[in-house]
Amino acid sequence: MDIIVFVKPVLDPDMPPAKFSVDGKTNRVIPPEGMPLVISPYDALAVEAALKIKEAAKGAKITAVTMAGPFAVEVLRKAVAMGADEAVQINDPAFEDSDAFSTALILAAAVKKIGKCDIILCGRQAADWDNGVVGSVIAEYLGFPSVIRAKGISVADGKLKVERVITNGFEIFEVGLPAVVTLSSEMGQARIPTGWGIINAAKKQIQKWSAADLGVDAAGVGKAAARNQLVKLYTFSPSRTCEMVTGKDEKEAAEKLAEKIMDIKP
Amino acid sequence: MADNRHILVIGEVEKEKLTSTSRELLGGAHRLAAQMGGTVNLLLMGPAVAAAEEGIHYGADKVYTSKDAMLSESNSDACTIMIDALCRKIQPVLCLFGQSDLGRDAAPRLAAKLNAGLCMDCVEVTFDAGNNRILQTRPVFGGKAMAVMATTGDRLQINTVRAKAIAPEEPKADRKGEVIPVTDAVDASLVKVKLVEAKKIETEGVKLEDAKIIVAGGGGLGGPEGFEMIAQLAKLMGGVVGATRVPVDENWVPLSMEIGQTGKIVSPDLYIAIGISGAAQHVTGIVNSKKIVAINRDPDANIFRMADVGLVADYKVAVPILIEKMKAGR
Repeated sequence: MDIIVFVKPVLDPDMPPAKFSVDGKTNRVIPPEGMPLVISPYDALAVEAALKIKEAAKGAKITAVTMAGPFAVEVLRKAVAMGADEAVQINDPAFEDSDAFSTALILAAAVKKIGKCDIILCGRQAADWDNGVVGSVIAEYLGFPSVIRAKGISVADGKLKVERVITNGFEIFEVGLPAVVTLSSEMGQARIPTGWGIINAAKKQIQKWSAADLGVDAAGVGKAAARNQLVKLYTFSPSRTCEMVTGKDEKEAAEKLAEKIMDIKP
Repeated sequence: MADNRHILVIGEVEKEKLTSTSRELLGGAHRLAAQMGGTVNLLLMGPAVAAAEEGIHYGADKVYTSKDAMLSESNSDACTIMIDALCRKIQPVLCLFGQSDLGRDAAPRLAAKLNAGLCMDCVEVTFDAGNNRILQTRPVFGGKAMAVMATTGDRLQINTVRAKAIAPEEPKADRKGEVIPVTDAVDASLVKVKLVEAKKIETEGVKLEDAKIIVAGGGGLGGPEGFEMIAQLAKLMGGVVGATRVPVDENWVPLSMEIGQTGKIVSPDLYIAIGISGAAQHVTGIVNSKKIVAINRDPDANIFRMADVGLVADYKVAVPILIEKMKAGR
């Protein structure tokens, strides 16, 4: 069983909104100083799902792949510390500002270079641009079936059983291999790496692939190939003036709040 | 942008009626078509065909209906194939989905097949006449920022649109339109993903999306018992209970209660947030609430920036008092 997991480094999505800022001239996010990028939380769940499959199958090879600059290394080490077997960093100046389609094209090329692949996993969306597109498009480019927003995944009789989250419940799908599955938060928590895992990850040799290594035509990816152009990026922090209700203790304050609510109540 | 100004709306129905999101899409498409000089085309698949006339009342000029039995909302493979074929036939400049189960799944795949532009979870789609282009605005970074995107070249633009982001038109029963049955069948051999079992959670009473009063709890409630307490309050007030992502991920409450970026988008008259810190991913789902009341132990919680009325207190002290007061009335 060969599993490929795509992981992306992102700004910590739980950072306080007040620390988030945008450079209006360049339409780029200004990363707060001293705040390292983290593995996109849904991608961490994809690593977790791969590990669960590996444990159930009593053996599988998990390759973690990221397309990113210098920050990629830490995110790959995190995946290896959790239990991934191999780590690949894809980086090339030609890949900068790639949209979801260029990204999927490059990652699909990486799948072909890896060669053996039964299952491709990634998060339901990256916690920066919140698109939820790349996994589905990789599947289309490779001609694989896909199931998005999974909360559970298992392998039986050479097929995948995927429990998918829908707006009002769950659906269980059966799909042949190879297939692409994206993971949602309902799966639970990603494991914390063990000390041994962290030591192992620190020693891990990370493979580095460029556009030339992947045989990707640089003219077909990156900013020039983007299907949508970012016209404007601005911070959005809806705020209201909050009237704080107080009293001599919590009880009295709560009584006053009840009055307020009865005034507002439609 | 190409000269062809057709807009295609992918319609969805619930109990033989267009969903509120589908009505909103038709309203938005109707106004855009008037500005750009184009037509509004609605596709209804499978059981959705029942709403063809309603689609015309809400703004469609042409309604394409395909009764193919495979075209259920759970069969994204079949729906993607059908929409792909229709797009190749009518060559729209813009295709609109709701940010629904179908939209999230089919829109990216369709864009891959059609070399189209794609923006997910849009809150605004406008025509920029000066530059002859369509602009779409979408929340990014968990709702902390907004991105305005333009389509490059003459390509088709596909968007999914967030619920309640755009207004529907008033339905007009005397509006005229054309219903065009699509007879092409979906090639069953191309459907690779097979549905084995569906577990739908049927919500009793008023749905969160339609509720006038919502009492919602977050991770600060500490467990399912907290939700039992706020459910009492909700019941007394004639409201509906909602939750943030943490209680759902922790299995304290079912997924159908989740409000926010990955859950439901709500716009009640009164939203009472209890033990909710106010993460951007949650706030993005409640910004259109008329009044927001927040109860949290932490005076620095972000939710107070978003609220109209706030109380710094332990919910275990405050909520029972609210319950008593609501019981007593005035």
